Amino acid sequence: MSVLLIAEHNNKEVKPFTLNAITAASQIDQDLHVLLIGSKADDVAKSLSEVPLVKKVLHVDHEIYENYIAENYTAAILKHADKYSHIICSANTFGKNLMPRVAALLDISQVSDIIKVISPDTFLRPIYAGNAFATVKSNDEKKCITIRPTSFEAAETTGGSAEIEKIDAADQTENTKFINREEIKSDRPELGTARIVISGGRGLQNGENFKLITDVADKLNAAIGASRAAVDAGYITNEHQVGQTGKVVVPDLYIAVGISGAIQHLAGMKESKVIVAINKDGEAPIFSVADYGLEADLFEALPQFLEELNKLNTIQK
Amino acid sequence: MKILVAVKRVIDYNVQIRVKEDGSGVVTDNVKMSTNPPDDNAIEEAVKIKETGKATEIIAVTVGEEKAQETVRKALAVGADRGIHVKVDGIIEPLAVSKILKKIVEKENPDLVFMGKQAIDDDCNQTGQMLAAHLNWPQATFASKIEVNDKSLQVTREVDEGLETIEVNTPAIVTCDLRLNEPRYASLPNIMKAKKKPIEQINASDLGVDTNPRIEHIKIEEPPKRKAGIKVASVEELVQKLKNEAKVI
Repeated sequence: MSVLLIAEHNNKEVKPFTLNAITAASQIDQDLHVLLIGSKADDVAKSLSEVPLVKKVLHVDHEIYENYIAENYTAAILKHADKYSHIICSANTFGKNLMPRVAALLDISQVSDIIKVISPDTFLRPIYAGNAFATVKSNDEKKCITIRPTSFEAAETTGGSAEIEKIDAADQTENTKFINREEIKSDRPELGTARIVISGGRGLQNGENFKLITDVADKLNAAIGASRAAVDAGYITNEHQVGQTGKVVVPDLYIAVGISGAIQHLAGMKESKVIVAINKDGEAPIFSVADYGLEADLFEALPQFLEELNKLNTIQK
Repeated sequence: MKILVAVKRVIDYNVQIRVKEDGSGVVTDNVKMSTNPPDDNAIEEAVKIKETGKATEIIAVTVGEEKAQETVRKALAVGADRGIHVKVDGIIEPLAVSKILKKIVEKENPDLVFMGKQAIDDDCNQTGQMLAAHLNWPQATFASKIEVNDKSLQVTREVDEGLETIEVNTPAIVTCDLRLNEPRYASLPNIMKAKKKPIEQINASDLGVDTNPRIEHIKIEEPPKRKAGIKVASVEELVQKLKNEAKVI
């Protein structure tokens, strides 16, 4: 049997995490079909069909899918679920919202947020904010799986030519209405996929001081993250939060500034390739995961850091 | 309006988790347990709604072993009116919990069900959505703001891109994010009063729900350790190391 991956998109483009989920899904079974639920999303269908790992694109196009509503998506998925051994999507707020609704209606105990495919029924997943890893085997006949996107490489996006099959829409819910989405537009790389992330914590003391972080981020072409403490204190908006209840990031370089390193923050960044911590408290737990720790006052260290970066002839982008 | 709030007892968020040597799980003996943090937000929100006069009764429910009652008792101390404890031993998966909660909803007929968006032990993030599916109710997950109208709710949700607002008709399920509100502490007199509030005990087996796990835990292990790093003496040294040793800038 084939596996079915649910695509996340904005009717114009595929969201990057879908490409990571495609890689994971193809490790479960190479006969991978992607379900695209959208409105006027032909461009998305075409780009998905060009992903070499994708064998077929099922495309349902209807105005009721202009905005993502879990209830409507679920109805569309259930029309096709019986032909597939696994239903898969990314474990970000899109998939976390959607998949359990699908799983419950199929009477399946979902396996959430896997970081490794061991076999088609056995997976590795973090529990307790990544403080333990569980190897779990699903005994349901059909499986519902969500994928931690940062644990899998993004799939190649060119060279494929999968068939696109148009399918019918399902019923629409009358009980949920989309009102609006406040997306923060930014020229910076996205936090989830950036090569470098620089994050600020409570040590920044207020929102204005985040400018020190922003200046360095501009220089390094980095995404900006934050600890829960900084977000709760109102220094910066929630979409920047890194941690167990925010985003999980795995950049090549993670720079934690004025962040003590609560368990819940470490859960979101400790798999980063290189970690730098700048903190004036030498005992802060963040130093236990840092490759390079600098015990210093961030208000002196950050301007100096920028100065030193300016001295370099080249900076990788 | 009646609000049902589901709460879960978990290892306290400040406790450093220890994995058992035999790979069977994590150490829970003599470990501090508390209410799952976003479940506290769920209770707080229900109490706030009741304080505005829009809700008449708050029922706190938990599913778990004998001691799980402590979380219901805590909810009663911050403002829930009565409690329900569905007793079940051993591992219970979100799918089974959602089926049990469905039975409770059918018995109690609440207009709203609140719970935390995710439990910090198994990190599944499933129960609310699954309950909504079983009941064929709308779901508003990851709520950071709730506005209660006559027959609907306007809910602001924390999503990857920022904030999204949806309107759901009641009855509805809301799963709560940590920024929804600031949970209050129970005062001593309220803790004393909570001891007199009723908690109904029900055995899961009497509800006719199959609670057998569908997922086998083959092994629980410690995550790979990062090798110890170094402390650098100056910003200059840091930049040099990043450039020439780690080669990341």
